[in-house]
Amino acid sequence: MSDTIAFTLDGVSVEAKPGETIWQVAQRQGTEIPHLCYSPAPDYRPDGNCRACMVEIEGERVLAASCIRKPTAGMKVRTASERAKASRKMVFELLMADQPERQVGHDPESRFWRWAERVEVSESRFPERQTPGPDRSHPAMAVNLDACIHCNLCVRACREVQVNDVIGMAGRGHNAKIVFDFDDPMGNSTCVACGECVQACPTGALMPSTAVNAANVRTGYADRAVDSVCPYCGVGCQITYQIRDDKLLYVTGRDGPANNNRLCVKGRFGFDYVHNPERLAQPLIRKDGVPKHADDKVDPANPWTHFRPATWEEALACAAGGLRKIHDAHGGGALAGFGSAKGSNEEAYLFQKLVRTGFGTNNVDHCTRLCHASSVAALMEGIGSAAVTAPFTACKDAEVIIVIGANPTENHPVAATFFKQAAKRGAKLIVMDPRGQALKRHATHMLQFKPNKDVALLNAMLNVIMAEGLFDQQYVQAFTENFDALKQHVKDFTPEKMAPECGIPAERIREVARLYARSRASIIFWGMGISQSIHGTDNARCLIALALTTGQVGRPGAGLHPLRGQNNVQGASDAGLIPMVFPDYKSVENAEIRSQFEKVWNTKLDPKRGLTVVEIVNAVLAGQIRGMYIMGENPAMSDPDAHHAREAFAKLEHLVVQDIFLTETAYYADVVLPASAWPEKDGTVTNTNRQVQMGRKALPTPGSARQDWELIQEIARGLGLAWNYRHPSDVFAEMKQVMPSLANITWDRLVRESAVTYPCPAPDQPGADIVFGDGFPTASKRGKLVPAVYSGPGEPVDDEYPMVLTTGRQLEHWHTGAMTRRAAMLDAIEPAPIACLSPNDLPRLGITPGETIRVSTRRGTIELAVRVDGAVPSGMVFIPFCYAEAAANLLTSPQLDPMGKIPEFKYCAARVEKIAGQARAAE
Amino acid sequence: MSATFELTPENLEAAKKIIAKYPPGRQASAVMPILAIAQRQNDNWLPQAAIEYVAKLLGMAAIRVHEVASFYTMYNLKPAGRTQVQVCTTTPCWLRGSNEVLHACEKALGIKCGEVTKDGAFGLSEVECLGACVNAPMMQIGDDYYEDLDPAGATRIIETLKAGGKPKTGTQIDRRTSEPIGGPTTLTTLSFGKGS
Repeated sequence: MSDTIAFTLDGVSVEAKPGETIWQVAQRQGTEIPHLCYSPAPDYRPDGNCRACMVEIEGERVLAASCIRKPTAGMKVRTASERAKASRKMVFELLMADQPERQVGHDPESRFWRWAERVEVSESRFPERQTPGPDRSHPAMAVNLDACIHCNLCVRACREVQVNDVIGMAGRGHNAKIVFDFDDPMGNSTCVACGECVQACPTGALMPSTAVNAANVRTGYADRAVDSVCPYCGVGCQITYQIRDDKLLYVTGRDGPANNNRLCVKGRFGFDYVHNPERLAQPLIRKDGVPKHADDKVDPANPWTHFRPATWEEALACAAGGLRKIHDAHGGGALAGFGSAKGSNEEAYLFQKLVRTGFGTNNVDHCTRLCHASSVAALMEGIGSAAVTAPFTACKDAEVIIVIGANPTENHPVAATFFKQAAKRGAKLIVMDPRGQALKRHATHMLQFKPNKDVALLNAMLNVIMAEGLFDQQYVQAFTENFDALKQHVKDFTPEKMAPECGIPAERIREVARLYARSRASIIFWGMGISQSIHGTDNARCLIALALTTGQVGRPGAGLHPLRGQNNVQGASDAGLIPMVFPDYKSVENAEIRSQFEKVWNTKLDPKRGLTVVEIVNAVLAGQIRGMYIMGENPAMSDPDAHHAREAFAKLEHLVVQDIFLTETAYYADVVLPASAWPEKDGTVTNTNRQVQMGRKALPTPGSARQDWELIQEIARGLGLAWNYRHPSDVFAEMKQVMPSLANITWDRLVRESAVTYPCPAPDQPGADIVFGDGFPTASKRGKLVPAVYSGPGEPVDDEYPMVLTTGRQLEHWHTGAMTRRAAMLDAIEPAPIACLSPNDLPRLGITPGETIRVSTRRGTIELAVRVDGAVPSGMVFIPFCYAEAAANLLTSPQLDPMGKIPEFKYCAARVEKIAGQARAAE
Repeated sequence: MSATFELTPENLEAAKKIIAKYPPGRQASAVMPILAIAQRQNDNWLPQAAIEYVAKLLGMAAIRVHEVASFYTMYNLKPAGRTQVQVCTTTPCWLRGSNEVLHACEKALGIKCGEVTKDGAFGLSEVECLGACVNAPMMQIGDDYYEDLDPAGATRIIETLKAGGKPKTGTQIDRRTSEPIGGPTTLTTLSFGKGS
């Protein structure tokens, strides 16, 4: 290591690593130099503007800012010379002149005040100047610019770390000030409330509103902190709960592998759902004689219209007894279970084990079916592995980044920050989506193609790659099969032919195909726009073919990455919460594999694959399935054609729902088991990057609510299984026996390291971020190129239903809203259902923004307010599916992709109508 | 307030010429001259829509254009006078009496600094250094500099403008541009050293 720099720090010989600053070396040596505008957090560029970190360098006329100054060989630095100390004190005294008094200065424990104390400055001899008043316009954040020292950290947080470009330093000299957009109140600005600035601010000028009183003075001080993982999306941000008196005060970001301290609005401000008064705190049993029907509603604040309280003994006996009765009378095939991608790996494993060994069926599924099932099908078929080949952070090494059918700034906000940073660095960012989106501003290429035309566009790209010889001959020969069939297949998909189909000019298709194929490293990210289609598997096949023909996989900056939705959809799938496979994707129909599991689980197993989510609903209506156990899922909101699904749940003879709220699904329950929210339990989760992370119990469960894993065990025992797990770590240990993917990852290691990526080569080595550099885990060790059939949507638009309905999520709300609609900040930002329409369509439909309209499909009708959205193309209506009062899934189509069995949430025919005055009154 | 803004075709043409001076990916370098074009087109001030337009034209975040526009006092972020009187009050001018000049302007226009006359004809603002310190104090009106001012001189200039006249630009005293007052004080004889 000859490239280190030897210099003297306070008389001691030290070595700096290349790029290290004096401040960093001093910190490493145990000397913390005062700092305000500098944050040692990852990705915060030193700015050297506040001068709180000045040090003396021998032979130099002036002091130097140690946060930004790099040492040179032989340099003699004194961090605590009298001159340096006096200068630093003066900086604090000058800054203090404008500060409000410490006790009312918003945050008496801010970095500024703590440093002032350490450098022994408590008052200022300088006159103060006029400072701005408070801004409480934002529900989640309190702005107190009278405490601002213009250190610029919030600007760097907003602009360089999260790349949101909302905060700026406007004005000049004496009049310089921090502004949001055009000096708007924060609540009216384009702020997305990631709260990065709050975490960065050293003075209390920006604070979480939950930590201050009406006078904007900090009141909330945590009495303990617990490290965990965010329970929302598949990014898997590491967080720290700040807790006082067993209540969550606020949440801070932690330096996890997927987030580097960053969070989004949900992960930072969306946790008060755990303390919501509607939390289920005691078991409920359906009252005798209260019938179930699909249109029934129960008020979660007053469930006593339909339910009565029960003891745990009675509730568990009733829950297990009902399942057992059906099992004994009709066999295991009459039962089914929906597990949850919101729970832990251990819960998912136990749940599928319960269904397989206790119910005696493979009828177990979860929301992966509604999410990436088709991507999983295509990936299993093509490369023998359904997980990502590279983490999303690999985009930092990529030259070309394709984001297709995904809206990461809303659905994977922290992943999006890495994409935006990569684009800023100079990577080509190609966004392909029928709907415009915030990422468009950062994109070098925005291909807003026609809805449902993915295969047309992607096959045309493959056509260019074949026709122009852009494929990687060596890679194709070494690592793929079926190349000629693919080449033959895409021959007809010329850009000229496909341009009118997909709406992207032929030259543009050529341009992006060339960029993708020729770059040093290209990576593809995709989301539900690809998967939630009746040809979702074909869509994903095209993406796999792009990567395999050009060899853009298995290297730094290259790969295939389906952005997984739920916090633990990767882990729940790995754990076998899928009807066709055991843990680690081992087919239930393979006798050899089955006998292995029969040995470990000590029971006979169902040799037939089970039914998937939508198939289970249909089987209920067909009378085939009579009883269900649903844990932490809300299919009454999330299933397509939700009315149909609700009819099924109402028809069940016995329904056990285990959840933290009385969800729309629980309306139809016979027994409701109150369970634990994520901050109330220990367990591991696996994010979209294959990082297995440790979630830690931070809070007690409310009332008599219990741990989910315990409840699954209780049901198992009620069905006669002799389970005796004492802690989730016992379950994890058993999982390791049947899941080679978890090799070298132990519970203790996760406790210690918080995150380990699988596959992992050794107990003391990090896991492999990037996989498949030398072939694939298929029988032939080659990746299979599968030609994708170009077909139309399941339900094309027509005269009667002329608009395309597409559904999805919003930044502030999670999935069916069970949690986020009960998170005060989130629901304050997005409080009501909306339908987004193109500004071009409004005049044609005679609709004004904000007006309540009616949206209908062949399956249902909902009424909700219109929002004008320039991102939505003409002829489309976008509706988020989280609002129970106007549930988008009452409208969606239940048609399935034949392989992935995923419904077509992204396309169905709809009608949008103005509601005439009298029609509205009549309803 | 102007809700929408677009450069006229001629101005857009001019803007494109400026953008073309910079290498690809460096269009943001053109932000200042293009803001100036936008301001001239829009009655001497930049509404939010103009800043957003310029941001879009240059592929910049709007906040970054706002930072530039709010930093330089030559950009007016609220409606300005058709004739904007900009008095420099930075240190050299201030030491040479710019406060008195500013007060004289306020008196002559009947408005306070930062205001616009009722008829919209004149606006008055205090600006940062305009780079003519050698002739301090000074002010800029339209595209012209008026230098070596005193309160009476400033009043005279404004009264002339109000009457529709054209006051003398540049220095208001007995000197040529920034040469020493009363004529050259050095190099007054032609001597080129030994041997000349």
